Amino acid sequence: MALTPNPTSRALLFDVTRCIGCHSCAKACKEAHGFPGTGEETELDAITYTVVLDKGSDRYLRRMCMHCDTPSCVSACPVGALEKTALGPVTYDASKCMGCRYCMVACPFGVPRYEWSKANPVVRKCDGCIGRRKAGKPTACAEACPAEATVEGSREQLLAEARRRIAETPGKYHPEIYGETEVGGTNVLILSPVPFDQLGLKVGLGTQPLPNLTWAALSKIPKVVGFGCVGLSAIYWITHRRQEVAAAEGRGKENR
Amino acid sequence: MHRHDRFRPGPWTWIFLAILAAGAVVTVLRYWKGLGAVTNLSDRFPWGLWIGFDVLCGVALAAGGFTITTAVYVFNLKRFQPMVRPTLLTAFLGYLLVAVGLMYDLGKPWNIWHPMVMWNPHSPMFEVAWCVMLYLTVLSLEVSGMVFERLGWTRALAAQHAVIVPLVIAGAVISTLHQSSLGTFYLIMPAKLHPLWYSPYIPVMFYLSAIAGGLAMMIVESRLSSRALGRGLEMPLLQSIGRALLFALGVYGTARLADVASRGVLPQAFSGSRESLFFLLELAIGVILPMALLSFSAVRRNSGRLYGAAVLVVAGLVVNRINVSITALEGAQGGRYAPSLAEGIISMMLVGIGVAAFTLAVRFLPVMAHVEEPELVAARVESAPLLEPVPVRS
Repeated sequence: MALTPNPTSRALLFDVTRCIGCHSCAKACKEAHGFPGTGEETELDAITYTVVLDKGSDRYLRRMCMHCDTPSCVSACPVGALEKTALGPVTYDASKCMGCRYCMVACPFGVPRYEWSKANPVVRKCDGCIGRRKAGKPTACAEACPAEATVEGSREQLLAEARRRIAETPGKYHPEIYGETEVGGTNVLILSPVPFDQLGLKVGLGTQPLPNLTWAALSKIPKVVGFGCVGLSAIYWITHRRQEVAAAEGRGKENR
Repeated sequence: MHRHDRFRPGPWTWIFLAILAAGAVVTVLRYWKGLGAVTNLSDRFPWGLWIGFDVLCGVALAAGGFTITTAVYVFNLKRFQPMVRPTLLTAFLGYLLVAVGLMYDLGKPWNIWHPMVMWNPHSPMFEVAWCVMLYLTVLSLEVSGMVFERLGWTRALAAQHAVIVPLVIAGAVISTLHQSSLGTFYLIMPAKLHPLWYSPYIPVMFYLSAIAGGLAMMIVESRLSSRALGRGLEMPLLQSIGRALLFALGVYGTARLADVASRGVLPQAFSGSRESLFFLLELAIGVILPMALLSFSAVRRNSGRLYGAAVLVVAGLVVNRINVSITALEGAQGGRYAPSLAEGIISMMLVGIGVAAFTLAVRFLPVMAHVEEPELVAARVESAPLLEPVPVRS
């Protein structure tokens, strides 16, 4: 079924306990996309697809597109510029985009960025290194990580690996995998030594894919159209029939 | 046309021209330097005044178009016929200006036609794009009668009369869809939108409040046209609209409060937070105060007081749409958004163009034909029977 996260799609596992905060991933990302910058930025922007955030106590958290299994941005985009590829990454086609920025508003993780200073702006976000992925290579960030804090694999492999790590050293990890069920599952999975909200990750997003909420309303459109047309036509017929009857009766009275 | 010939620019004309000039400068900057150069939009607040006011309010306040045409042509409430043309004109101009506003807000406005060929039926934005295109077509056909009549194109006018009922029904259905779908935009962000506004029923709230807003606009624009033409208001009709407005507000207010209460977030309305204050403001000026006023027949019978109550409803609706699109998101987005001067200028310019276009149309098209002096109407009817008010069934 479409709603089940695709187990064979390509994913990333980020382990907070392994990250040493060296920013190699962010630097590699900049290089892979030809963007200027040091890789030590602290906020995503149009030329920064991932950042490494210092959360204190020697803990670091990566922030990037989560590549949701059922992405809000993909369902929000009126022209299908955003696409969930079977391979895993959520990609963006600037030639389709009309710049409504609904994807940015809809994203539960607040990831997409915009080229505000350009006359012909496009949406910017991590593309999951789709080109490298297609060639069977890992993402630039995973390849660059010296501590194997970010690793690449199929979603099912990485979930198994994450569960193995949690089971292997009891107490080392918060016993949940961020992204396993959040908003229906994501293709970026996070392991943390502490509850997720302590790292500033969004919690309480639910396990339901958010596009279902929109669809609950949009799927009623055929009914509204059907009942609306039939109902209004019926009302038209009744009200005008009543008028005809009244007119006919009026004439009848006059004749009498 | 004798009366319409005199035109002396008043202070409003000069203010409008000044805004137009400023708007021209902003327009050049916006297309030359990009959205960031003129707006306070950011990655945290990708939608601002142009979506919250120009689009959401513009569409909602144009809802009178489908309400009045449905009342007259479908429910056969013929006595509202005189309000059809001015209301349709407002709706047509409203939607046209929404489209113009989108040309400013869209990052790539030259791609505005893409939803016609690149489909995503899962997107409420896709649905709204189609509905607005279709409804603008319906509205232009509906208002074309005035132009045909003015030009004396009797065959075109007759053809338009022949299809008016299907057009009205199509307009009502399309409006129901997209008025509510503007609310559907926000269904996808349960964790972002403040619970005083987030509800699975937000599409219904948008629909109900738009009907009230559209009715209020009929009273407002009636005042506008009477100012422009120096003609008295049709008080018995406006009184009925006032009563309908009271009823529509009652339905919306009840639904809104029941929804907030049933989700158990009513206590949050009195928490004293920024959101709670804006929520109370929205309800107070948009629903409670005008309902209290309109429940007095002394208010409904007095054109000035009725106008006052209607302005409150319009203001309350504007606050509601701004709340949904901005205030309710500020908590989750961690920051504040206030529009830039340039954003304000464009919004004011669009409102000004709307008012100016309405005033001009009222002068040069048979918009208010039915409230004209009786002898003028009589003379017209004699000379050309087809220039009569659109008959539903003759």
